[in-house]
Amino acid sequence: MLLRHTSKEVKEREGLTINPAKTCQPIGAMYAALGIHGCLPHSHGSQGCCSYHRSTLTRHYKEPVMAATSSFTEGASVFGGQANLLAAIETIFSVYEPDIIAVHSTCLSETIGDDLQQITRKAKDDGKIPEGKYVIFASTPSFIGSHITGYANMVTGIATQFAVSTGVKKHQYNIIAGWMEPSDMREIKRLSKELGVKIVLFPDTSDVLDAPQTGKHVFYPKGGTTVEELKSAGDSLASLALGSISAEPAAIALEKSCKVPFETLDIPIGLSATDRFIMALSKVAGVKVPDEITAERGRLVDVMADMEQYLYGKRVALFGDPDQLLPLTEFLLDLNMKPVHIVSGTPGQRFEKQMRKLLDARSPETNFRNGLQADMFLLHQWMKNEPVDLLIGNTYGKYMARDEDVPFIRFGFPILDRIGHSYFPNVGYSGSLRLVEKLLNALMDRQDRDALEEKFELVM
Amino acid sequence: MEANIHFPDPSKVREELIQKYPAKVAKKRAKSIIVNDPQIIPEVQANVRTVPGIITQRGCSYAGCKGVVLGPTRDIVNIVHGPIGCSFYAWLTRRNQTRTESLMDANYIPYCFSTDMQEENVVFGGEKKLKIAIQEAYDLFHPKSIAIFSTCPVGLIGDDVHAASKEMREKFGDCNVFGFSCEGYRGVSQSAGHHIANNGVFKHMVGRDNTPSVGKYKLNLLGEYNIGGDAFEIERIFEKCGITLVASFSGNSTVSQIENAHTADLNVILCHRSINYMGDMMETKYGIPWMKVNFVGAESTAKSLRKIAEYFGDEELKAKVEEVIAEETPRVKAIIDEILPRTTGKTAMLFVGGSRAHHYQDLFAELGMTTVAAGYEFAHRDDYEGRHVLPSIKVDADSKNIEELKVLPDPELFNPRKTEAELEALKEKGLEINGYEGMMKQMTKKSLVVDDLSHYESEKLIEIYKPDIFCAGIKEKYVVQKMGIPLKQLHSYDYGGPYTGFEGAVNFYKDIDRMVNNPVWKLIKAPWEKAGNGAGLAASYVTQ
Repeated sequence: MLLRHTSKEVKEREGLTINPAKTCQPIGAMYAALGIHGCLPHSHGSQGCCSYHRSTLTRHYKEPVMAATSSFTEGASVFGGQANLLAAIETIFSVYEPDIIAVHSTCLSETIGDDLQQITRKAKDDGKIPEGKYVIFASTPSFIGSHITGYANMVTGIATQFAVSTGVKKHQYNIIAGWMEPSDMREIKRLSKELGVKIVLFPDTSDVLDAPQTGKHVFYPKGGTTVEELKSAGDSLASLALGSISAEPAAIALEKSCKVPFETLDIPIGLSATDRFIMALSKVAGVKVPDEITAERGRLVDVMADMEQYLYGKRVALFGDPDQLLPLTEFLLDLNMKPVHIVSGTPGQRFEKQMRKLLDARSPETNFRNGLQADMFLLHQWMKNEPVDLLIGNTYGKYMARDEDVPFIRFGFPILDRIGHSYFPNVGYSGSLRLVEKLLNALMDRQDRDALEEKFELVM
Repeated sequence: MEANIHFPDPSKVREELIQKYPAKVAKKRAKSIIVNDPQIIPEVQANVRTVPGIITQRGCSYAGCKGVVLGPTRDIVNIVHGPIGCSFYAWLTRRNQTRTESLMDANYIPYCFSTDMQEENVVFGGEKKLKIAIQEAYDLFHPKSIAIFSTCPVGLIGDDVHAASKEMREKFGDCNVFGFSCEGYRGVSQSAGHHIANNGVFKHMVGRDNTPSVGKYKLNLLGEYNIGGDAFEIERIFEKCGITLVASFSGNSTVSQIENAHTADLNVILCHRSINYMGDMMETKYGIPWMKVNFVGAESTAKSLRKIAEYFGDEELKAKVEEVIAEETPRVKAIIDEILPRTTGKTAMLFVGGSRAHHYQDLFAELGMTTVAAGYEFAHRDDYEGRHVLPSIKVDADSKNIEELKVLPDPELFNPRKTEAELEALKEKGLEINGYEGMMKQMTKKSLVVDDLSHYESEKLIEIYKPDIFCAGIKEKYVVQKMGIPLKQLHSYDYGGPYTGFEGAVNFYKDIDRMVNNPVWKLIKAPWEKAGNGAGLAASYVTQ
């Protein structure tokens, strides 16, 4: 047993988190900044933060993840990190030549009270930012929220520090991506194109964290939302924020700064969330949904109908991030499956209410908890008390899955031990079809493994 | 020795590496980029601050303390006091394997413990939450030991983890609770954390159990963290030779082993950088000499075993060691003979760690490959130039902040295992006791030594030298591979290994052969991208 010390008896904890279902803000900020073309993320803190975030993102994507650090020492921690950040900005522009440096703070620089706005302004005043180049920032204290909060904060920083309202509207729409994979972002762009809607998607990590092998390392890959696109976001007719926790704050900020109205949707994972996304986009842009998209939808529903017997009533435990868990849970319910336990380390009443609302309507007995001590240790204990047929979550779930002998689907962040998530989407109808395929494979492989010889089926 | 392969002019390479830097940065970096001469051994600037903004391989003090040194001991509950990230990122990512004897034995390695510090804890102090967390860990698991690791905010807000640990230790009575002030901003790299970890383990663990260990040839294995099962292979060889391993610091180790470590008669050190402090302190307090060994490489393993046998000076052990070497060698030889024609003459670069960039040169030498450039991520000058430079190393502000324990001989337990005369005699036989000659003595003339290599420098080096393989870590892995050069991770071994001992050598030979000769590197260009193979072909059909 890998997790041999996990007991069945659940005791409330107040101080100790065990096997967290979240990580800290800065990694989210780093991920978001990678979705801007020509941007180098910069971690204002100790070297370890940057090293850990780069390592985790690299393991998840198996791609280069470039980012710099202010390399705090004890002196900087006592006297403030301004000198380090100013030196870093100078070094980065001369050595790594980005168009943009996206600075995020850490628990260290937040605790000592470094003011990123003031320091970046000073960098500009001191002439350390070359003409036509940018330094943007986001405050991302690790002791508040989670990696999702950090992502939201950096996306908000991107929106507010680039978008300008020229007074002349452009016939385009912003889609603000909640935390999703490059493959998902690529799929959002494809669906929008299919619908004939011109969009500005940000951030956009496709063609950054799924770059091709060419024999050359391209420091700033071809993907990422460009500065021009980001500037023009202030003139867009409307914004669609995909995810109330990770994307909506940027949409609100954009409404405030540039008067771009917005609508918040779920990340389009599963049938219903994709329906709402397609409806919203077609409505806001006043376009008819093309037959090809209707056919894509039809293929998904077809599989859901044809294979319903293998999914019906299957008990699922899941853990992960709010904006992904909500539509995923809804999709499981659409598939006639039974979400039994749901855990997310990301705190927040908004998410809690949204999930409760969904569960109260369709699965009131589901165990659900988010925030402090809503960790994988608790989830595992719940699983020991009320067993499940399937576990869905990031790679760390494999320890629970093995101990409890439960089929396991990797979903969320980080996935450290399999590939696919960067290349094949979970969003849209085709992404949802892939999810159904994964669910079926996991459950049917288990049925095949466990079937008595006389019950072993050829056709399923 | 000068390598047979053609080197680019290393002094020109050095100029090229620094020319893009701002003047001040260039001046600083130049001192860390050195053309090697094994006869003279020039000075290398090391263990100094990384310039802010430089993309470095380095991590932090916490990573060195919790991640490297304390992480591999399976029955300590390691609670990270701080925001959630620090504990999350160090959770199972270093591949420290461990093997319990039964399912009843404690193993907390698959677990991640954190106080998940919140804003209110930063504002009003986190000690209260920490003590609650320690109590909850004790109530849930009843471990032998609980260790507390401070992250950056902890030191700044003034939480006293040592006082909290002491209070809880006294309260429990049957659980050793101790803390580490290993905030990420201490020192200039992981290295500070190693030192802090050594101090804590020495103060709070070593010497707690005086039960005499049983065995004729008793030693501790220092600086071996059982990544990919390295310690398992060394344990196998020791057992075969009849050598008793009292404690390992800290791969596949337990609390009781470490508490009993001072009953051994020799400390052998693998990773000099991360654990040499322990060797020195145990020497002073208990009279146990230490000896640098290397179990990376088949020949190095044989050499190290012979050194150990020589130390104990026992004919029976010497004979047994020879017997084991004779038994293990043919299998290794059969494999290397088969592989050697495919690897001979190829070149490698190693930029990693604080000892691996040295140790793995032995394996590449066995493969007939030349190390054209190497350097450490977080080492000190003694790891490059040898310990004789220790007195001349300037203690700067960053090192001064790391506590140097004042260690004295233990009034009861100090027992010199060898007399001065015996140590002298061993030295005369070529056994370096309490010494390490560093990486550069072994490297060829005109090879390049670079400390704390930056991303920019690594790309330049690859462009200039076009090595057949590059060794570094996960952050560099896919950058280098995008350039069409295979990268071998020497922290995580690309999830393979072990690479120590005889079995490890075979694994490494096979892995490197596979990597440098993999057909994928020749498939990068699409057929239509290759010269003389263009789209004209299709057009000619159309016109016909």
